[in-house]
Amino acid sequence: MKDKLMNLAFRYGAVVVITGVIAFFSFKLPYFFTYSNLADILGSITIVTFVAIGVTLSLIVDGFDLSVGSTVSITTVVSASLMIWYEQPLVVVIVVSLLVGAIIGLLNALLIVKLRIPDLLATLAVMYIVSGIHKTYTQGYTLYNHMEFPDGTKAPGEMNATFLWLGQGKLLGIPFSAILLLIAVVFVHIFLTRTKYGRQMYVTGGNAEAARLSGIRVNRVRTLAYVVSGLFASIGGILFASRVGSGQIDAGSPLLMEAVAAVFVGFSVLGAGKPNVIGTFVGSILIGVLVNGLTMMNLQYFTHDIVKGVVLVLALAITFYVLNRSKT
Amino acid sequence: MTVSPFLLEMKGINKHFAGVPALESVNFTVSGGQIHGLLGANGAGKSTLMKILSGAYLPDDGTIKGNGRLFQWGSPADAKASGIHCVYQEVDAALVPQLTVAENVMLDRLAAPESNVWIKPNEMMAISEQILSRLGVEINVQQRVGDLSLAEKQMVLLARILAQDAKLIIFDEPTAPLSHSETEVFFRILHALKESGVACVFITHRLSEVLSHCDVVTVMRDGRNVYTCSTSDTDTDLIIEHMLGRTFTEEFPKVEAPIGDIILEVKDLRKGTKVRSVDLKVRSGEIVVVIGLVGAGKTETSRLITGADQIEAGKIRIHGKSISMKEPADAIKYGIVSVPEERRKEGIFIQDSVDHNLSLPSLSKLSNMGLISNKKEKSLGTRVVEQLGIKTTSGKQLVQHLSGGNQQKVAIGKWLESDASIFVFDEPTKGVDIGAKSDIFQIIGTLASQGKGILYFTCELSEGIGIGDRIAVMCDGEITKEFKRGEATPEKLLYYASGGGKVGYER
Repeated sequence: MKDKLMNLAFRYGAVVVITGVIAFFSFKLPYFFTYSNLADILGSITIVTFVAIGVTLSLIVDGFDLSVGSTVSITTVVSASLMIWYEQPLVVVIVVSLLVGAIIGLLNALLIVKLRIPDLLATLAVMYIVSGIHKTYTQGYTLYNHMEFPDGTKAPGEMNATFLWLGQGKLLGIPFSAILLLIAVVFVHIFLTRTKYGRQMYVTGGNAEAARLSGIRVNRVRTLAYVVSGLFASIGGILFASRVGSGQIDAGSPLLMEAVAAVFVGFSVLGAGKPNVIGTFVGSILIGVLVNGLTMMNLQYFTHDIVKGVVLVLALAITFYVLNRSKT
Repeated sequence: MTVSPFLLEMKGINKHFAGVPALESVNFTVSGGQIHGLLGANGAGKSTLMKILSGAYLPDDGTIKGNGRLFQWGSPADAKASGIHCVYQEVDAALVPQLTVAENVMLDRLAAPESNVWIKPNEMMAISEQILSRLGVEINVQQRVGDLSLAEKQMVLLARILAQDAKLIIFDEPTAPLSHSETEVFFRILHALKESGVACVFITHRLSEVLSHCDVVTVMRDGRNVYTCSTSDTDTDLIIEHMLGRTFTEEFPKVEAPIGDIILEVKDLRKGTKVRSVDLKVRSGEIVVVIGLVGAGKTETSRLITGADQIEAGKIRIHGKSISMKEPADAIKYGIVSVPEERRKEGIFIQDSVDHNLSLPSLSKLSNMGLISNKKEKSLGTRVVEQLGIKTTSGKQLVQHLSGGNQQKVAIGKWLESDASIFVFDEPTKGVDIGAKSDIFQIIGTLASQGKGILYFTCELSEGIGIGDRIAVMCDGEITKEFKRGEATPEKLLYYASGGGKVGYER
């Protein structure tokens, strides 16, 4: 009986909580359940969800990517600097930013797959290195249109209008970035569940030795996962720069925790019991809804971390409790 | 040393595991100043008996007496306190590689609760040097253990045991990983121990070592002590007869298959101390069985041939073409597929469904424009399940809920629709019930009749004789003898598998 209840909680817990939270806020706050507010929520979670998709991929191959926050930060300033300092066209801005993310992923993979450093330690180190690089690169300044340098000269360029539209524009009242996110979620979901590469990733994460003996080139699969994780983090960084219209220092660091929370909430969505992109999306929505509602109830922003932390702990508790119990 | 030699008696020892008897009223006696060889096939109960003696298991029934005094142990520590020690094969597990030889030798004294807080390095070095010289070996006691060779580590472990007044030492296949000259040194030490009044129990697979070094031999079979005799009054044939006991009655369905050209050729394969020089040929339609006792290097060889480990020297040819492999994916590309020994860890994905397990190596074929077709995957699953008679409720059933035999069929089945030409099996009947065993032999026979080459590694003599077209006997990392179908008998196989026929061995 107790087992059944636990399994039910595991299966539907996250969905019930989200429905409950939405119902609660809708009841309490008249403005909450409106089209424009819901669209706002969707817009607000896009960046963290892109980052969380990357974390999901690294977790699927039984790894972990702690460097995603720093990757967001560095791509934010790289994309901004390309426009403001070097007046590069949009294509160059986007391609270079994505490349930066991919290279960081490749570095992670090199450390983890080739040098066999444990994933948490390797990506922790990379997180600090990248974080240091992006501050060194900007000398600690925030990048904005025609910013003034210490020597009195002004930066030549400004943020590209199309670039800004990526993060700020709307289609049918829905933020364009949210549409981009929905496409990404669907695409990644199909990739993971319906293609051979997705299957190979799960199998590699489930039992790397058996996967290797079955003919899967596990090192290649794991490398790919980290590279794509870096790519998704850099998309997050591009959207961040576009959203705020400047290159903020340390933009990404708070995103890591939220992304991890979203992924682990997603573990249990509909009893998946493994990292999955739909679950991650639902997890992001839960966090987004909570933050939005709490803000509208005039809770101060610094209390939000407590709420997010508690959500993460609950998600971890349910996930590991049920998973460990089902193993014995 | 002691005036009257130490005498240890085990009487009427019974032990069950989950209702299955592992030991049935076993009596075993060993006295100080004696080397007692303990022989038996795999699963005969040698290890269980010795684990009870060293306190790792508790017997269900029976008594253990040392010099007439009853021993009752709760843990290996109690046994050690009574002077009974065990040298396991994995010497690394018992030593601390970062510490020096002297520190390792004195480790138990350092750990003892009544030991002094302050360590006196000079005294420690002096004592350990003295013990090592008693063994007649020269090792610098200031060296780190991590830098020593395996044989040297074994000696450090022995010295460590001697530092605590050992009365009885159990050696679990100590010579298996050693080279020829290291083995000689080991036996010198063993005799030195014997001279100093220590009782030595020597577990081994090598008959020659027993006959030339032991005073008494005990043979175990099916959980019983079936034969105890002074080595001067027995010979190889008598011992082998007792090890085998009954004639085998299991059935081996053998599918006749035409034997064609050579597909796989392995020449002088080497890696480390386990695979010293292996030559093998497998023709299409042929079942080649490699028989060897545990530790002979079979699993290591199979891992080299299937690309799981990298070879150090030697050649592997497929259809006459020399190939090099970095990982199993390369071997599969050349048509070599494996059904590994550790099924649950290496062969299948227990958290996944039957269909997903079966389709894994063929996903490309099952995809349309990059997307896996559920229909094709399901029909492949149904086909293989029917063909191999896998008992499952549906293709969606998780593999962890299947029986051992059916799990093994899944591990084989996933390769059925790949283009494999060589199937490498490593102990495929381990943990499989009799009915499923016979099914597995049938499947292997069918594969051979389709022109596949089969390489079958096993320690079960009867299986080799039952299904092999050719039987290669492996011992100490080398193929020591080959038999054609019908030529081999269990006696002959065991003779060569336990080191008979090698130089320096006299019948």
